[in-house]
Amino acid sequence: MTERVVIVGGGTAGSVLSNNLADEVAAEIDAGDVEVFLVNDSEEHVYKPTWLYVPFGEKTPDDAKRPLDDLINRRVDLVIDRVSGVDTDAETVSFDGRRADLAYDHLVLAMGAQVTPEATPGLAEGGHHFYGPEATAELREALAEFTEGHLVMSVIGVPHMCPVAPLEFPLMADTWLRERGLREDVDITYTYPINRAHGIESVAEWAGPLMEARDIAVETFFNPERVDPDDQVVHTVEGRELSYDLLVSIPPHDGSDIVRDAGLGDDGWVDVDPATLEATDAENVYALGDIADLPTSKAGSAAHYAATSLADRLASVVRGERPTAEYDGKTVCFIESGDDEATYIAFDYEAEPTPKPPSKLIHWSKLGYNQSYWLTARGVL
Amino acid sequence: MSDTQLDADVTVNAVGSSCPGPMMDLIGKAKHVDPGTVIRLQSSNEGTEPDVAEWAEKSGNELIEVVDRDGHWDLYVRVND
Repeated sequence: MTERVVIVGGGTAGSVLSNNLADEVAAEIDAGDVEVFLVNDSEEHVYKPTWLYVPFGEKTPDDAKRPLDDLINRRVDLVIDRVSGVDTDAETVSFDGRRADLAYDHLVLAMGAQVTPEATPGLAEGGHHFYGPEATAELREALAEFTEGHLVMSVIGVPHMCPVAPLEFPLMADTWLRERGLREDVDITYTYPINRAHGIESVAEWAGPLMEARDIAVETFFNPERVDPDDQVVHTVEGRELSYDLLVSIPPHDGSDIVRDAGLGDDGWVDVDPATLEATDAENVYALGDIADLPTSKAGSAAHYAATSLADRLASVVRGERPTAEYDGKTVCFIESGDDEATYIAFDYEAEPTPKPPSKLIHWSKLGYNQSYWLTARGVL
Repeated sequence: MSDTQLDADVTVNAVGSSCPGPMMDLIGKAKHVDPGTVIRLQSSNEGTEPDVAEWAEKSGNELIEVVDRDGHWDLYVRVND
């Protein structure tokens, strides 16, 4: 009997998993004992970290995309369609269109996170963000026209994609504005929801002095509940008001209604065992990447490392072996800090990161990795 | 303190979440409830109580009681105007 693995989502998590798993069970696929399906709602794979560079004219939205067909192992059946639901009792996946339901023996959910600026009244009209090809292109235009006033970078949604992006943007904007001779005419403020500049304590300790040195004001315990786009004011739960001329936010994020409707997680994120990535509320269902409710950041590297361990695990399962591979929460993030410098953090479920002093070498390593990422997506690196 | 007479209007279960998850879950809920609502935030993170106490003070809300349960804490927060 053929064991069928269905993977929903062709981002970093789904692509790395598909390629690693197809490589590990190549013989079983060739023998007809295993099938691997990858379902994605677009023919394109998107490398989202590229979007951060678009507002500064260093990348274009098209740089973030490659055809999935070029990246995915030929042994994987690629299905381009939008999943509309999951029935964990019948063990089937349904689709928006006319395609018949797809039965699975093992289902992996890797649909990523969605941004929902509309969840904060006035934010969609009054603010910009860089979490999408259109949004980041619009921000590029807004930044290009911005010559004076108050630039506010406000972290509204936590958890959010890429844990350090909110720090990177104002630091890169500071450099960008200085290079154009505009910095003296622009005030920059960074806001964060809790009582420090970042959720990870060691990162907050690293970022605080750096922000101060760059003359970036930091406002903490700042939780916007609405934005007034006409008066250009952010109003917070704490009763504070902050005027802006250009507002850039980390918008609220959401998981998926498919997850809620399937009873796999009330908040739209899949409740999982952090080590095995098995769904808490259904048999033979796994989740990884941003859609998984894991006690680590929603980062591409976390998706990558989780995918490699889940590939090992699923390879054992479909062979009828006892799976032993576990994900330890490993996450590695570069942090662009402006001035053509960067640092990085590495951490897991147990260990907090220790940011190193920024250097040009790490910045160029990051730019190099942006190119070699396509090897990661292929399951090579 | 190990027990309470308080009745919560809403419960937010953040047991197992790492920082700042519990705080963010509380703030997210506080955005959408009526003044006077008592939220019970359940957290197993020992940093949650001082963080919530500080946030409540700054935001005009009130941390009215903390109950030590087996393996987690229940933090009762009254959302004010």
